Amino acid sequence: MHWETFEHEADVGVRGTGGTLAEAFAGAATALISVICDPRAVQPREAVDIACAAPELDLLLVDWLNALVFAMATRHMLFSRFEVTVAEGRLAARAWGEAVDAERHQPAAEVKGVSFCELRVARQADGAWLAQCVVDV
Amino acid sequence: MDVSRFEQIASCAWRMQRHGRMRVPAVVFASRELLQAMDDKVAEQLANVASLPGIVDAAYAMPDAHWGYGFPIGGVAAFDAGEGGVISAGGVGFDISCGVRTLRTGLRLEDVERAKGRLADLLYARIPAGVGSTGELRLSAEGMNAMLRKGARWAVDEGFGSTEDLEFIEEHGVVAGADPAAVSEQARQRQRDEMGTLGSGNHYLEVQVVDAVFDPVAARAFELAAGDVVVSLHCGSRGLGHQIGTDYLREMAIAAPQSGIELVDRELACAPLRSPLGKRYLGAMRAAINCALANRQILTHLAREAFAEVFPGSRLPLLYDVSHNTCKEETHVVAGREQRLFVHRKGATRAFGPGHPELPPAYRDVGQPVLIGGSMGTASYILAGASPARGEQAFASACHGAGRAMSRNASLKRFNGRAVVGELAARGIVIRSPSLRGVAEEAPGAYKDVGAVVEASEEAGLAGLVARLRPLICIKG
Repeated sequence: MHWETFEHEADVGVRGTGGTLAEAFAGAATALISVICDPRAVQPREAVDIACAAPELDLLLVDWLNALVFAMATRHMLFSRFEVTVAEGRLAARAWGEAVDAERHQPAAEVKGVSFCELRVARQADGAWLAQCVVDV
Repeated sequence: MDVSRFEQIASCAWRMQRHGRMRVPAVVFASRELLQAMDDKVAEQLANVASLPGIVDAAYAMPDAHWGYGFPIGGVAAFDAGEGGVISAGGVGFDISCGVRTLRTGLRLEDVERAKGRLADLLYARIPAGVGSTGELRLSAEGMNAMLRKGARWAVDEGFGSTEDLEFIEEHGVVAGADPAAVSEQARQRQRDEMGTLGSGNHYLEVQVVDAVFDPVAARAFELAAGDVVVSLHCGSRGLGHQIGTDYLREMAIAAPQSGIELVDRELACAPLRSPLGKRYLGAMRAAINCALANRQILTHLAREAFAEVFPGSRLPLLYDVSHNTCKEETHVVAGREQRLFVHRKGATRAFGPGHPELPPAYRDVGQPVLIGGSMGTASYILAGASPARGEQAFASACHGAGRAMSRNASLKRFNGRAVVGELAARGIVIRSPSLRGVAEEAPGAYKDVGAVVEASEEAGLAGLVARLRPLICIKG
């Protein structure tokens, strides 16, 4: 699993790649956290279960990341570890993290929502899965 | 941007002719330099907006336009419901009714300089700012519905501010037609403890001094003079608005093909204004506007409390409150005919000119205050809506801010938060923020020169320069 962010003039793109779709989705989730703070600073103390379903894979990525945005906003948490399974348009995941600690996490900005801009979920030529989109901060 | 795609129609106005699927032309208001500096994606996104059903006149971009998602940031487009016109969740964006509010303080620079550190500490203690921060207010289900229906008027009824404030807010602090039933349970949950919070990212509360007056007549009407201290705050509808944007973007993107709308970019997700989905979004978006107005009203109250502690007896009357991410139903004259239109402004400020009936009597002769936020360390500006004698431009709209010159990643690599705070302190600007990384990402050097943007707005006849504000204290979320 690999994750990175990419440039957008006003906001930030998040991208995950991996040998499986689930790994790419977990990578995109880590990239999402990295927009807010350094994921390495977040201790996996507490788990939250997330499930979503969508008619298309790219919509499923949007739903997954939006579910994390919602969980972070309403639970005042940040996440750093993700166990994801994806099958037949359904995603089930366990996200591990802890309560926001402004001093320790130095969170720069909350993510407001996940856009359809640069949205792509696809298998690349080398067989690896890619999952990416731009998020609004 | 490849300028050859545009025909120059005035010193600061450029038109792109209809081509491909465009139903109307596109017009960018900018100096040649600003236009050249824009990304080609702005033209691409404007052309996409111009292809939406029921669009009227032209798709417009303001001088601060930059690459957004779906609509460009700084985009303005109006739709006629009777001609199959649409409303677009993507065209309003996630931070529904994000805006700027400015308060006069009755204080002078020397008054505030004497107590700057203490005032900064008190404001920072009182105003919940940053990721994960919460407000003190908890609303019952009925309380939330009342807030969504009545906006700033609800906040005043709850004891935040005074009735006089309402006169100086667009739509007098409450947008009609809000439909709390169209607001999801998730959106309500996200707002549960976020009333009266500033947010994060580019949201801030600043204490500023008027350091230049360009239009003495308008400045007098706004009761501003050089050396006066004001407070400006920039924030929006918080989690509730973000979730409404999220909910309806998805629903509209999925439903568009069923309405016969072929989206060239799914981020343009929209629905016909007269469809059930279009009406539902309109009701939910209006509820989010009211939430933003209520939120800014509560923050105003908190700022007043902090000021009263440092300056007993101080009053902070509201100069004005503008929203720059909205869709509003307004009357405009197009091709000599008066029409009711749904005007999307995404990163653009409404700028009614002198004489407009919706303006408070005190401002009716000079036009609507247009509040343009800078970033920490850079100037903010107050403009006034241009005279209709020059002809209304872009459905009476103007710019909203500077826009980023570099991405968040690039600023994080380039700037160090602690160093930025130190450099600003040396220039007499006090920063209080829970996140040094946030400060680095929002460093003044990461933003474009807002001066060039407001000058182009004036040259284009969108709004006239009234005053420049220099920051003294910045509470950064």
